[in-house]
Amino acid sequence: MGELSRFWRESEHRYRLMGTKCGNCNVTYFPPRDICPKCHRESIGKMKPVQLQGKGEIISFTIVHDSPPRFIRQRPYFMALIKLDEGPTITGQIVDCDADEVDIGKRVRTVFRKIAEEGKSGIIEYGYKFIIDQ
Amino acid sequence: MKTLNKAYIIGAGETKYGELWEKSLRELAVEAGLKAVENAGIFSKEIEVLYGSNSLAGTINGQENIGSLISDFSGIAENNIPAIRIEASTASGGAAVRQAYLAVKSGEYDVVMVGGVEKMTDIYGSEIIDLTSSVLDREWEAFLGATPAALAAMSARKYMKDFNVPKEALAMVSVNDHLNASKNSHAQYRNKITLEQALNATPVAEPLNLMDCSPVSDGAAAVIVASEKYVKKNGIEGVEILSSAASQDYLAVHSRKSIYRLDSTVLAAREALGKAKLKLDNISFSEIHDSYSIYGLMELEDLGFAEKGKAKDLVYDEIKLNGRIPVNPSGGLKAKGNPFGATGVGQFVEAYTQLKGKAGERQVKSPVNALLHNMGGTGSTSVVHILGGVA
Repeated sequence: MGELSRFWRESEHRYRLMGTKCGNCNVTYFPPRDICPKCHRESIGKMKPVQLQGKGEIISFTIVHDSPPRFIRQRPYFMALIKLDEGPTITGQIVDCDADEVDIGKRVRTVFRKIAEEGKSGIIEYGYKFIIDQ
Repeated sequence: MKTLNKAYIIGAGETKYGELWEKSLRELAVEAGLKAVENAGIFSKEIEVLYGSNSLAGTINGQENIGSLISDFSGIAENNIPAIRIEASTASGGAAVRQAYLAVKSGEYDVVMVGGVEKMTDIYGSEIIDLTSSVLDREWEAFLGATPAALAAMSARKYMKDFNVPKEALAMVSVNDHLNASKNSHAQYRNKITLEQALNATPVAEPLNLMDCSPVSDGAAAVIVASEKYVKKNGIEGVEILSSAASQDYLAVHSRKSIYRLDSTVLAAREALGKAKLKLDNISFSEIHDSYSIYGLMELEDLGFAEKGKAKDLVYDEIKLNGRIPVNPSGGLKAKGNPFGATGVGQFVEAYTQLKGKAGERQVKSPVNALLHNMGGTGSTSVVHILGGVA
């Protein structure tokens, strides 16, 4: 579903959870942005890369049963909206847990995982998922 | 400078929605277009510009350049009029009619055609979920396994928890859609469903199940929009588009201020009602973009019919065909169907039919004004129109 460059381009953000911070208002964003939606032109040239710690809290979650082909072998899987301690909310899977461990308000942290693969001979895509932070 | 031109719907037509294996993308578009032209009683040579609305033909059908496709196979290639595709994901239809409205309001054109089409069943199995997920943020939502249903489900879970709303209230949105669709021969699903059936269907993305989710649909819808000058000159009784508004929000749910308030809908509704100088009390019925049952509740609130968390008080009786605020007399996205690019145009077909008093079994009693709400993706775009007063 895509050329190598499309995934390679985002490696830094997906592997190391690099976001951006506006040098004008100090708000942190993930995924990264070139323009701050609050400061507009005041933010130009002031958006700095920032390393996120990957810790946060579950805002909401679902158990996905109907998935695209890339995720069929992972079904059913947890998807969640997670509010990171640095501010931004991000979307990701929750893995390595029992169903009763996942709930709104639970603390989670990121782990580096395989997201999907492009068929048997295609590239393997990596990125972040979340586990329950005990 | 504000112009005083008024814009009217003077004709409307649509195909049946459903799994229409024997009909192609272009055949669907032409069928709906011809019905609209015939309904309007105009000649195709009178059409000055054509807006085609479509969301996913590039990936599902391998066909872009939809404006030319529709124009060509409608037999008007040699009329050489501009034929442009409007794309705003699942709000393409509303956005395209809005362009037609603006084209007439500007004074540039007197007769504009809008044709919305989507042919979604040419892809089998779960592949369609990947393609419909392209209306999300591909890199930061869909890439990680999120689907449109998953995002609606996450809004639903948090909403139900924060406002103590039972799953039953969501299910009632679908029950109402199916009941209305049972009276609509163009609807994809004409079977009535019980609350128990709605609650106990196969899970899709928990807490949402199959009966909370609009289907994969083929279908097309078309309307003719004309100027006041044209309507008067030809003695046509059109339905006026009283106002049109569109608003935008962050593409991804995770970037928005709230996961259960659709700010684009709040703003578009406020603007459309304001421009029409109407209140919700003046609205006889609404067609709303309930692609997922939870959105039906959120939209009733964000359009202004209820405070946040209170739409549950409306879904048992008030939204019924004969209720205080009839919602989705057509059967809505759940039961009439959701052929992305056609959905928003189809709402106009329903409203035109209703306001003309020609909706038969599902006729809303003496309607005066209609509110149409068409939404893109998970709420990144909302388009709201107010139609009213048979001229």
